[in-house]
Amino acid sequence: MSRTNLLDRRQVVSCLLAERKDAIVIGGLGASTYDIAAAGDHARNLYLWGAMGGAVMIGLGLALAQPKLPVVVITGDGEMLMGMGSLATVGLQQPKNLTIVVLDNECYGETGGQASHTAGGTDLVGVAKACGIAEANSMTTMAEVGAFKGSLQNVSAGPRFASIKIDGANLERALSSRDGAFIVSRIRGALGFQPI
Amino acid sequence: MHAGADASSETMPAEALPTWPEDIFSILRRFDVRQVPYVPDAGHSQLIDRVLGTPAMRAIPLTTEEEGVALLAGAWAGGQRGVLLMQSSGVGNCINMLSLTQIFRFPFLTLVTMRGEWGEFNPWQVPMGSSTQAVLELSGIKVLRADRPDEVREVVEAASGQAYNACTPTAVLLSQRLIGAKVFSK
Repeated sequence: MSRTNLLDRRQVVSCLLAERKDAIVIGGLGASTYDIAAAGDHARNLYLWGAMGGAVMIGLGLALAQPKLPVVVITGDGEMLMGMGSLATVGLQQPKNLTIVVLDNECYGETGGQASHTAGGTDLVGVAKACGIAEANSMTTMAEVGAFKGSLQNVSAGPRFASIKIDGANLERALSSRDGAFIVSRIRGALGFQPI
Repeated sequence: MHAGADASSETMPAEALPTWPEDIFSILRRFDVRQVPYVPDAGHSQLIDRVLGTPAMRAIPLTTEEEGVALLAGAWAGGQRGVLLMQSSGVGNCINMLSLTQIFRFPFLTLVTMRGEWGEFNPWQVPMGSSTQAVLELSGIKVLRADRPDEVREVVEAASGQAYNACTPTAVLLSQRLIGAKVFSK
């Protein structure tokens, strides 16, 4: 993979979420959560500050519970690698309203930029396809991202997976709420569910 | 290893299958449990079959148990209740993900079939089986235990009540004595 002309992660996420409508968006631990916060706080954002490897499964639980709503998981390559088995679980369930986006900078940006497995031979798009996620693509241009964003709203053709190659820049953190009980109650409230 | 290797299901005729899995199933239905993630275990096989045959419930096989903890957090955010079925060895796989139960304060319930106790043949099951309860408690999960068939109903009823009504994360240990030690050779 060429390391030139890679995309800016904030630009990618802003583009994907610009017309999000009723979508629920889950941000994986690390910079993905900051990217989603930077695109604008929203009652249907579920920010993760831990539980590494769990983003896709949280998305699956939400997608199965709310099959008419678009559910979008945006996470990093390191977080996705830790939960790689969850791609097999998603492949088995085939949730039509779930989209998984991996922002792939081929490194662990939060911890000093150590290379991740995607810098070597690991092909997450290949893994997703092999797990039964038929619509799985790698993207390297904003034109591809722009053409892809509309499909997030399609709740009858998923699951879909995209690995978007981004640059390794460590941007200023955009801090979302870290209060998990608040975050989850806010989403439940937005969906019409009461506290216990 | 296969589901039918369980001593009870191998040696008993169909009409003599234990009734406590059916008790659990009835309670889960009454509490409107919709998502049932699991890593299969012989002790859960009857319950898994019932869930698979119930359109209102979604059986979700996992590759590893911590997936189920995260799945149930997402299910709750989306308005559904769930229960995680696993074996005692799987509890160790869940430890970091169990932090979600405290962070999200969601109604977490898991039913854990025990290995590594009561006549265990396989020594490899003993270390994790011996620490299962302590691991759960250190992770902030309340632990209840059923040792006899006739107490399963009231224990699972109490566990479901405190999990779903009070968002108190709870595990029920279904003892190996209850399930029967797995038979490896006659």
